[in-house]
This record gives sequence, structure tokens and C-alpha cells, in this order.
Amino acid sequence: MSTALEHDYIGLSETSSMERSSDQISSSSSSNVPTENEKDSALNLKETELRLGLPGSESPERKAGLGMSLFGKDLEDKTNGYSLSPLKNYVSGAKRGFSDAIDVSSKWGFSVSGGPEVDLAKSAVLFSPRGRNGGLENKNVQQSCLLGSATKEVVPPSPKPVQEKTKVSPANEHASAPAAKAQVVGWPPIRSFRKNTMATNLTKNSDVEGKSGSACLYVKVSMDGAPYLRKVDLNTYHNYMELSSALEKMFSCFTIGQCAAHGIPGGDGLSESHLMDLLHGSEYMLTYEDKDGDWMLVGDCSLGDVHRLV
Amino acid sequence: MAHSFPGEVLEHVFSFIHSDQDRNAVSLVCKSWYEIERWCRRRIFVGNCYAVSPMIMIRRFPEVRSLELKGKPHFADYNLVPEGWGGYAYPWIAAMARAYPGLEEIRLKRMVVTDDTLELISRSFKNFKVLVLSSCEGFTTDGLAVIAANCRNLRELDLQESEVNDLSGHWLSHFPETCTSLVSLNIACLGSEVSSLALERLVARSPNLRTLRLNCAVPLERLPNLLRRAPQLVELGTGAYSAEVRPDVLSNLAGAFSGCTKLKGLSGFWDVVPAYLPAIYSICSGLTFLNLSYSNIQSPDLTMLVSHCHNLQRLWVLDYIEDSGLEALAGSCKDLQELRVFPSDPFDADPNVSLTEQGLVSVSEGCPKLQSVLYFCRQMSNAALVSIARNRPNLTRFRLCIIEPRSPDYLTREPLDTGFGAIVKHCKELLRLSLSGLLTDRVFEYIGTHAKKLEMLSVAFAGDSDLGLHHMLSGCESLRKLEIRDCPFGDKALLANAAKLETMRSLWMSSCFVSFGACKLLSQKMPRLNVEVIDERGPPDSRPESCPVEKLYIYRTVGGPRFDLPGFVWTDG
Repeated sequence: MSTALEHDYIGLSETSSMERSSDQISSSSSSNVPTENEKDSALNLKETELRLGLPGSESPERKAGLGMSLFGKDLEDKTNGYSLSPLKNYVSGAKRGFSDAIDVSSKWGFSVSGGPEVDLAKSAVLFSPRGRNGGLENKNVQQSCLLGSATKEVVPPSPKPVQEKTKVSPANEHASAPAAKAQVVGWPPIRSFRKNTMATNLTKNSDVEGKSGSACLYVKVSMDGAPYLRKVDLNTYHNYMELSSALEKMFSCFTIGQCAAHGIPGGDGLSESHLMDLLHGSEYMLTYEDKDGDWMLVGDCSLGDVHRLV
Repeated sequence: MAHSFPGEVLEHVFSFIHSDQDRNAVSLVCKSWYEIERWCRRRIFVGNCYAVSPMIMIRRFPEVRSLELKGKPHFADYNLVPEGWGGYAYPWIAAMARAYPGLEEIRLKRMVVTDDTLELISRSFKNFKVLVLSSCEGFTTDGLAVIAANCRNLRELDLQESEVNDLSGHWLSHFPETCTSLVSLNIACLGSEVSSLALERLVARSPNLRTLRLNCAVPLERLPNLLRRAPQLVELGTGAYSAEVRPDVLSNLAGAFSGCTKLKGLSGFWDVVPAYLPAIYSICSGLTFLNLSYSNIQSPDLTMLVSHCHNLQRLWVLDYIEDSGLEALAGSCKDLQELRVFPSDPFDADPNVSLTEQGLVSVSEGCPKLQSVLYFCRQMSNAALVSIARNRPNLTRFRLCIIEPRSPDYLTREPLDTGFGAIVKHCKELLRLSLSGLLTDRVFEYIGTHAKKLEMLSVAFAGDSDLGLHHMLSGCESLRKLEIRDCPFGDKALLANAAKLETMRSLWMSSCFVSFGACKLLSQKMPRLNVEVIDERGPPDSRPESCPVEKLYIYRTVGGPRFDLPGFVWTDG
């Protein structure tokens, strides 16, 4: 069992995981994902990011049961042989290779085997990625969040994007398990009082308008067919044109068709004519997912409003 | 040896001996010293409420004025102990209500306290002065109202992070006008708004008030009034620290703070508007303790704030401080003894801030008095740990939590055995250690060999085999509390070191490989241990004897088996 390194957009990951990632990204509605790992990544990718989807493509359905079945399956696997299978992993000896370290999920399957399946599912979904992807709310999380207030809003980090990536990639490289994994009970070891207070704080943060200049609003951007995702700071763009041209530049190495690069200056929103230009000129539509989990076409409201929705 | 001093003289001499260990030693000298000592011991500390019964305590010590009592094991803080496990305060209070009418102080930690318990306290002890409920649960604000109303000489009411069923803030108004004895009030864990007027009047008529920790419902605009009525405050926990930015509010606040010249500790700062931070600059140089760990202040403001606090000894902060802020800290706060860095976003696998091992290394380099560390981060290296160990051999508490379980050294991909090994090797006075990251049996060998003064050890997702557990139990001579979760430790090491368990306060093992059979055997072999199998899957008999138990809590006791076991705790006999 290995992991998708969709966060590792510098491309330092092993080729095998890159191929896996591209498999997932190319199919926008991947309801039949056979392996646990792909499900993990599906959880990652589908729910929380800006996507350049093919026109007319559906947003992926986030089945309410997705999280549950993922870890329900995990539990089934584990209850039968749980005295045996985790034991195998511990024979590996002093040096653990990367792949050994990735066996985390199986060990965690063992460790949470005591709890009822439902709890597992709840806690599993809690771990779906949020944070810098613009705080997009996940319906599953909302239903079952143990923390009460599940609204994962943006936590503004101050470092610049470039530096951030370099710092993040070594960390990601060792992050052996995907972000969407079973949340282990009582880990990290933080008291409930603190957990609850922080959850409330994060909610409050999002309500405060006009944040200080050092705030960043990072969202994940994925493009169908690209092997990895990018992150952009929405705060650095003042209108959709800037945003779309920046995105275009980012993903230019992947475009197989011609993207119209209409450098029409000024204006906050895209007028209908611009939209039509883009539609006709390029194969890609800019969509984003808002707090309610709905896929929205970029351009309907001003970028400032999008900051709040996202 | 015929005539020693008269009893009164000995008693007077003993009154200068305060530490429990010394008092215990005194009582072992001879029978008459035992007798005299037991009659004059006033403070009792019971680290595990099930290690001894109230009757035994009362029988030996008839004239106690102060009791400190702890209930659930430490891992209960992280939801590992199921609801209803135990730790009830009521039986203790009921027994003491009859035996100690002169009781003045009760300090409870991780215990279940009901409103009935609080009512009993308020009625039974006429001279009751101090109530500290730390991480307790089971009571409501109605219980607090009764305490406020009936304890005429109340000095301390501290609800430190307890889970209170907060029905309303009205309870505070139950302090009678005649109550002027308050020294310490900590209501930070409560959610409801208390009457501002009642609070101000209470503060105004408490000239001895030294510690005031407000809850987040107290708005910033009311803070100046409170400060002006209590300029003698030594410890302050603010309420919400946000308001619309207005210059008059800011200057009022700054003025009020500048009047509190004795302020040494600050906490609170729920929900901060950075524009109001300068209000505290005037008293920063006097601060020795700063707790910003519930506050959303970001790195630049944090760094600025911390640089004003040159005499800081203890800092609790969120990882918003980042490596850069910690470097600044290392430069400005040379008296720093304790650093705690908590994660702002612990459940995201991605780092949301730029805080790495480097921050801790900087502080270990720059702060020569650093003794106590609690650090959450997402990456660590052996090299960094070795640096820290070499820089700070005076560390006494080192708790590192690398958020991702089993994270290897991020540079070399190796286990972190060497790094933690360096910590225990260099820090010879280490009392408390928490491990994390990828660790093999080797780290336990290092710990068993070097950590001779270690009293408390927390282990999670570590080790390869029983050998790890064996190293800890056989090597750590001073070990009192060992708590383990999700490690491949099993029967062999546990049974081989059974005798060790009687020298410790307790052992916790959850999600390990200890079988029910071994638990039964241990229980039979060691009558002075309570071996509690905590398993919510039904009777362990219904599974094969070799089946690992969910959770295991073993502790020494002279109180015998518990009478208040819930259905999911299985003991033998």
C-alpha cells in the first residue's frame, strides 16, 4: 500500500505514485476506485480544490458513505487477521525504507480496531485535507466531525509561495500516509479543551474580514490530465484575468490544446463575451468548489466574494 | 535511647518538614515518631485515588487540612479512557466530611466531581479555603453557585480546564457581599457570560486578589475596569482580546495595564486583534510567564511581543510563532526555562506554518536555562536532536510530538533512535520524556541504559518487539509512570518484569499485544497490583486467551480491588 503524493508538486515523488495520481486526475468522476489508496487520493482531490475540468464534466460525487466504506473495508481486513498481519510489519528491522514507513495505515487499522465502525468512519473523514486549500467545507466532515465546528477555514501562513514549496516538499516527502487517512483516537496528543478552543478560533478567523496583509489564501488547483497539483494564493490576484493567466502559465506544460490568452485588462468580473472567448478558445473551464460543496463556474461573482466563499 | 524529646518538641520540629518523602522517612524512624508524625501531618498527596482508600488515609492521618487527589490516568486527556471508567470524588469527600471538619483545601485532578459533591464540600467544611478542579468533569455552574454562596472564607476557586456544564453565568453573583477573601479565581474554561457588574464588584472587594483568569466571554472593553480595581494582580488571564479598533479604547487599556506593576503572568488572549497588543507593552518587561497558546496571533506580532519580554521564563505559544519567532525568542529571552509550542492545525498533514525542528534548535542554542520543552512539529532529524541534547544537558522535561506517527528522520529517512538516545545520554537529570517519530527497540535500549532519573515516560507507535518494553522496565530505575500506546509490546516483557510494577505508580498500555491470559496471570502473581483490562468489546473470556486486550491499566494499591468498576473493565477476582 503506498500513497499518492499529490501534494508533492515539485515532482520529487516516485514515478509509480505519479502515474497513479494522473490516473485519478484524468477521470473526473471516479466512482469505482478499487484500491484504498486511490480512494484516499480521491478523497483528497475531489473535494477540496479548484479544478480545470473539461466542459460539461460533472463534479465528482462525494458519497456520504465514501469515508465509511473506505475504513469499513480497512476494519474488515484487519479484524480477521489482526493478530498476525501487523506483526509482520515489525520484523522489518532497524532501517525502515520508505515503503515500510508507509505501512502506517495497516498499523492504524489495528490500532483503531477496538472502536465501533461508525466511530472509525467519523474519525476517518475528519482527516480529509483542509487547511490551506481555501477552507472548503466537506459535507462528510460536517456530519460527523468530532470537534463540533468542522468549518475548516483558511489559516493564513506568512511565508511566500516559492519558499513555502521548498519547505513543504521535504516534509511531504516524509509524510508517508496521505492526508485523508483514519484519524487515530487521541493523536496528536492534545487535550479536548485545547482542541475545542482551537476549532472555535479557526471558525472565528474566517469571519474576520480585511485580514492583515500578511494573510495568504492558498487553494489547490488541479487540472485534468496533469500529474500533480499546484497551489495558488488567491490574494495575489485582483481579478479573474490575472488568476486565469497565472493558472495557464502554471499548467502550460501540460496543455495539449491551445489556451486562449486574452490579455484583456481591467474589470473585476468576466463579462459574458470573455467567457465565451475562453470557452471557444480553450478546452478548459475554471471551476471552484465553494463552502457548500457546490461546483461553481468562475466568473459569476467578484474575486473578493470568492475569497469569502472559498 | 531512653528519653527523647517530649512529643510537643518533636511535633514542632516536624512542622518544618514539608516534603512528603521526608515526612515518610520521619515516620519510619521508630514507633513514637510514627505516632507523632501522623498526628501532625496536614497535607496529603494521593497520586492515584485507587491506590489507597479514604478509610486507610483517615485512619492513619486524623488531622488533615489539605488533600490533593488524582483520578484518571494521564492518557484520559486524549480520550483514551472510556467515559464512566471511574475516578469519583464523592466517596472521598463523603468520608472526609465526617473525619475532617477542619479541612481547608481540596485539589482534584482528572476526577469526576458532581454538583452533589460540591454541595457536600460547601456544607461540611466551615473553614474551607481552596478548591482546585483541574481537568475534572461532571459538575455544572449550579454546583459552583453553591460553593460561592456557602464558603465564607473562600480564597481560591480554580477550574483549570475542567469540563463544566455551563448553564449560565449567574453563579458568580452568588458570592456574598461579605466575601472579601478571594486570592485566586480561574474561570477561563467557562463559556457563559458572567455579569460584568458582579465581577467588577467581586474584584473590587477582594484586596488580596492575586490571580484572575477570565473567560472568553468577558469583553475587552470591560478589562480596564477590572484592572483598575485590582492593580495588585500578579497573574491575569484576559477575556476576549478583540474589539473594534478605537484609539480611546486602546489608550484606556494601555493605561489600565500600566497600573498593574506587579503583573508577572499573562494568559487568555482568546481571539486577538493585533492592534490592541501594544497595550501590554508597558508591563512586558516584568512578565515571567506568557501563555498565548489559545491565541491566533501570527508570527510578526508574536515576535514583536515576545521581544519585549526580556525576563520571560515560561512561554506557551502556538506554532504560529514559526522558526523565525523562536529565533527571536532565543535572542531576547535569556532566562527562558520552559517552552511549549502547540500545533495550530494538528489534523492537517500539511504544515500550515513554517515551524520546523530548527526553531527548537535555535532556542536550545540561545537559552542556557531551558529545562522544560513541549514541542509539536512535523519534521525532525537525528542531527537536530543531538544538537539539542548537546546544547542543553540541563533538560529535565522533554516532550516531542512529531505529528505524523512513525515519521523518520526527514533528512536521512532513518529512525530517530540516535537522536533520542543523545537526549537521554546527555540530559542526566531528565525526569520526563515523551517519544515520537520512527523508533526501533534500540531507542529503548538507550533509555534503559541512560535514563536513570526518568520518572515519567510516554511512548506511542514505537518499537519492534518485547525487548523494547523490557529495556524500559528493567533499566529505568526511577520510573514511576509509564504510558504506552500502539506499540508491539506483549506478554513476555510484562510478565518478566512483574515485580517492577510494584515500584511504579502505574502502567498504561493500549493497542499493544498483551493477552488476557497474561493479565490474569499477572493479577494472580501480584496481589498488590490492580490489573484492569479495559475492553469495550465484551467479556475477554469470549475471545481466545491469546487475543490482545484493548487497554490495560496496572497500578499498585493497598486499597484492594475497586468497588466501582464499570461494565467494560475486567479484573481478576
